[in-house]
Amino acid sequence: MPTVSVKRDLLFHALGRTYTDEEFDELCFEFGLELDEITSEKDIISREQGDTKAEGASDVILYKIDVPANRYDLLCLEGLVRGLQVFKQKMEAPRYRRVSPARGEPQRLVITEETAAVRPHAVAAVLRNITFTLERYDSFIELQEKLHQNVCRKRTLVAIGTHDLDTISGPFTYTAKPPGDIRFKPLNQAKEYTAQELMSLYKTDSHLRHYLHIIEDKPVYPVIYDSNGIVLSMPPIINGDHSKITLNTKNVFIECTATDLTKAKIVLDMMVTMFCEYCEEPFTVEEAEVVYPDGRTCRYPELAYRKETLSADFINRKVGISESTEHIAQLLTKMCLRSEVMSDGEQIEVEIPPTRSDVIHACDIMEDAAMAYGFNNIPRTTPRTYTVANQLPLNKLSELLRQDLAAAGFTEALTFALCSQEDIADKLLKNISETRACHISNPKTAEFQVARTTLLSGLLKTVAANRKMPLPLRLFEISDVVLKDGTKDVGARNNRRLCAVYYNKSPGFEVIHGLMDRVMQLLEVKPGQGDGYHIQAADDSTFFPGRCAEIFACGKSIGRLGVLHPDVINRFELTMPCSALDIDIEPFL
Amino acid sequence: MADTGLVETLLRRVEKVDGGVDSQDVATSLGVDHQAIVGAVKSLQALGDVISAEQRSSKHWELTGEGCEIAEQGSHEARVVSSIPEEGMPQSQLMKLAFGKVGFSKAMSNKWIRLDKGHEGGPRIFKTVESLEDLVRDKLLLVQKGQASQLEEKEKNELKKRKLLSEVTVKSYWITKGSCFSTTITKQETELTPEMIASGSWKEKKFKPYNFEAMGVAPDCGHLHPLMKVRTQFRQIFLEMGFTEMPTNNFIESSFWNFDSLFQPQQHPARDQHDTFFLSDPAQAHEFPQDYLERVRKVHSEGGFGSQGYKYDWKIEEAQKNILRTHTTAVSARMLYKLAQQEKFTPVKYFSIDRVFRNETLDATHLAEFHQIEGVVADYGLTLGDLMGILHQFFNKLGITKLRFKPAYNPYTEPSMEVFSYHEGLKKWVELGNSGVFRPEMLLPMGLPEGVTVIAWGLSLERPTMIKYGINNIRELVGHKVNLQMVYDSPVCRLDS
Repeated sequence: MPTVSVKRDLLFHALGRTYTDEEFDELCFEFGLELDEITSEKDIISREQGDTKAEGASDVILYKIDVPANRYDLLCLEGLVRGLQVFKQKMEAPRYRRVSPARGEPQRLVITEETAAVRPHAVAAVLRNITFTLERYDSFIELQEKLHQNVCRKRTLVAIGTHDLDTISGPFTYTAKPPGDIRFKPLNQAKEYTAQELMSLYKTDSHLRHYLHIIEDKPVYPVIYDSNGIVLSMPPIINGDHSKITLNTKNVFIECTATDLTKAKIVLDMMVTMFCEYCEEPFTVEEAEVVYPDGRTCRYPELAYRKETLSADFINRKVGISESTEHIAQLLTKMCLRSEVMSDGEQIEVEIPPTRSDVIHACDIMEDAAMAYGFNNIPRTTPRTYTVANQLPLNKLSELLRQDLAAAGFTEALTFALCSQEDIADKLLKNISETRACHISNPKTAEFQVARTTLLSGLLKTVAANRKMPLPLRLFEISDVVLKDGTKDVGARNNRRLCAVYYNKSPGFEVIHGLMDRVMQLLEVKPGQGDGYHIQAADDSTFFPGRCAEIFACGKSIGRLGVLHPDVINRFELTMPCSALDIDIEPFL
Repeated sequence: MADTGLVETLLRRVEKVDGGVDSQDVATSLGVDHQAIVGAVKSLQALGDVISAEQRSSKHWELTGEGCEIAEQGSHEARVVSSIPEEGMPQSQLMKLAFGKVGFSKAMSNKWIRLDKGHEGGPRIFKTVESLEDLVRDKLLLVQKGQASQLEEKEKNELKKRKLLSEVTVKSYWITKGSCFSTTITKQETELTPEMIASGSWKEKKFKPYNFEAMGVAPDCGHLHPLMKVRTQFRQIFLEMGFTEMPTNNFIESSFWNFDSLFQPQQHPARDQHDTFFLSDPAQAHEFPQDYLERVRKVHSEGGFGSQGYKYDWKIEEAQKNILRTHTTAVSARMLYKLAQQEKFTPVKYFSIDRVFRNETLDATHLAEFHQIEGVVADYGLTLGDLMGILHQFFNKLGITKLRFKPAYNPYTEPSMEVFSYHEGLKKWVELGNSGVFRPEMLLPMGLPEGVTVIAWGLSLERPTMIKYGINNIRELVGHKVNLQMVYDSPVCRLDS
């Protein structure tokens, strides 16, 4: 969930009133936001770097507000204020308009076919005669960063570049070139670098190094030039220094390059709708023309208003309320979805503005109606759905056995399903290739290399962590292991196992054997060949030679029991003899 | 055990008197140390109600060492008088006697002697009386005979001031017959034996009393894990509410069922390497229901079913990637798809409680795996109000009555609500879990009828358990580092109390 940090007083000024922290928190809750933290720059620095560093930092109060991940229109002060003001019916949602330039042709961005290999899409727009203040400028920069982190998926899908249009001259060319052929002075650097040099320069940059991988191993890098060969940007890494915007910038050229065109349009719409209120003619955006390699042209930003028609009945039925059509239209309008009751008095025509890219289905409109109504005002009802409950037979059996194993004097352990290869192989004197283990490709540590194929290692680790407890230790676990299985759609399946260990000064084979007899008794399997159960000597590297038996029930091998090999004991950092039982309980379903 | 002879002597003493005896008196009259009598009393008490002994303390007067000397030899002043011959004695010589100084001044004030300061050869002392009454000695002798009560308080205090008398506190027992009084002592039995029961000899035996202050011996038993006990209770609640358990015994899931089928776009952050465990072996899933997969592809990339879709290039390769499931909702998706394949739709209520996996940063309350509790209801015409109502009933069974709901975002539910409850201890609203109505883009491609609504909610099992058992670090609860003593000591789980 993205967090937006806004200056409290600035926010209250824009909202036209002040709130207590509690009141504002309540407003957020109602609107689906969360006032996560009340802090200040000074607080943040002093918490992260210590009090001395914080000296002199601003102690202006900041509200950190958690915003739902799909509400890109609430990622800056401007959007938050607009959303809340419309919600509180203090203002009407503005109508965003795309306009042609007052004089001459629109700015053009020509895409060359080379970009197809790395980042094929681009869109652009112009904010004309904008007035920045320090706060607006900061918010403008901050919104780009928020969009980059969220909808742009850390610049992989979309990268935004903003430029002082008066320092450059169109038409602009979006192309891709071998890194050695790109050379420019990047933002806030004193000299020119080639793209290759930049990549190594930014290897150590705490911010930019995270984006290098996006183009690093591509043969060509994306780059945008103006008509004089000045580099505007090398997306998605860095802009040129030449065209950087300042507090004095009057005209802003915004370009978004992308691997996902839909997202690029959304991002461009967000950038312009959020800041066009500071243009000379508020809420207008000057269009730019994008020329595709095939000659096709498109004008951006789209700023598309979409209409959906739905009935009041639909909303009443889905939410569980019974409101008039008019009231529902009012509720939706409060959520920036301008709505009108149609002539039949039942249908509502809802206009979805370009800022609400999250609204993709009637159910999204329904949710907004419910929010505006207030979730906590909706009557809580009981569904009349009649059903009979069933337990999963496997879980039912597990629950019953757990009770009886505890009654038999064994204590239940709860161990991790993920572990290291070593835990299920080396430490049990097994070869990893014979374990049928499923391997994880991206573990952060060795603890998460594989899914366990046995419960035994977890139990032995539990014993090791509890060596100070009085002996004997009797532990069990009934849970799932995971085994590769080519017959399943995912190539693996769970297997429900019962595992128990007895750890004492003497191996206690008879104890674990007795437990196995008891389990068979509980499962109504009698001793004997054929339909009964029996054990027979087996070789298993985990166990002490001559002290391991395989368990057969109903003619099937279901597991093993025996005294653990001393090397196993050592590898789990144990010191006493230990016997163990490990069976598959699925055959008893 | 005290000396048996003494015990029996004591018992005979007690037998003879009606009102009882004082242990001090017994000691004095038997000429034994009082402590020996106390020992005898204690061992008789241990036998049960043979005697009753009430502790009492009494004060009495006793002679000091100097007092004893006086009682024997007379007061200092009397001894001064008797040591002076008729012809008198030089003062210097008198002062050399042990009792000289004190005796001289007292005899002087009693006017029993006179001092001739001008006598030749130094001051000389002469007696002035022939016989005298040594009252001090007489009084002390009275005290020594135990007749201190005959003296007046003032007199006793004066003697105390002269350090001849002192008042001492004596602890003693007032011993009377108990309800089982007998002058013969039987040996105490520690435990009832089968032989005693058989012979009936227990009737005559005396049994050593138990110490009820001590703890009992812990039973030699096994214990269930506290998290599993809580799981059992949650299972019970779902069963009481008519929910059927889903088969969640498949930790490894394809991205298709875990994400795509839930209308979670392929670029969604949850599908990042940073959040999800991907598998290298088996890396890919195969065998998807082809026509369903096609509908899923379409609703993501082009829309449909009334949706705009996400309008991106949906790739089968992403859907095939095997992962450790990040939520049990993957199983709910499989179950709902299965339900949609039925010839005729029937309403269902499903639940599951099982492990899910997240490749996240670990801390005191987060592990890479945890248990998710999930409830799902599918029926015609369910409302958001129904979801809140059912959540209310569910949490009521956990003893949580004060709920409120916050709008939230979740890619596969719309509306989505976070469930909060008021925590009386913390005096604030705390988040309990998430809930919502599954999106049509998820349900309709499965083939569920248009009018069917599916509501669902989820929460973690660990969090309520940690609160219930007051555990701050999740590693003390889950995994091999568990403290077995905590498991041994954990109480039964009643979620509503």
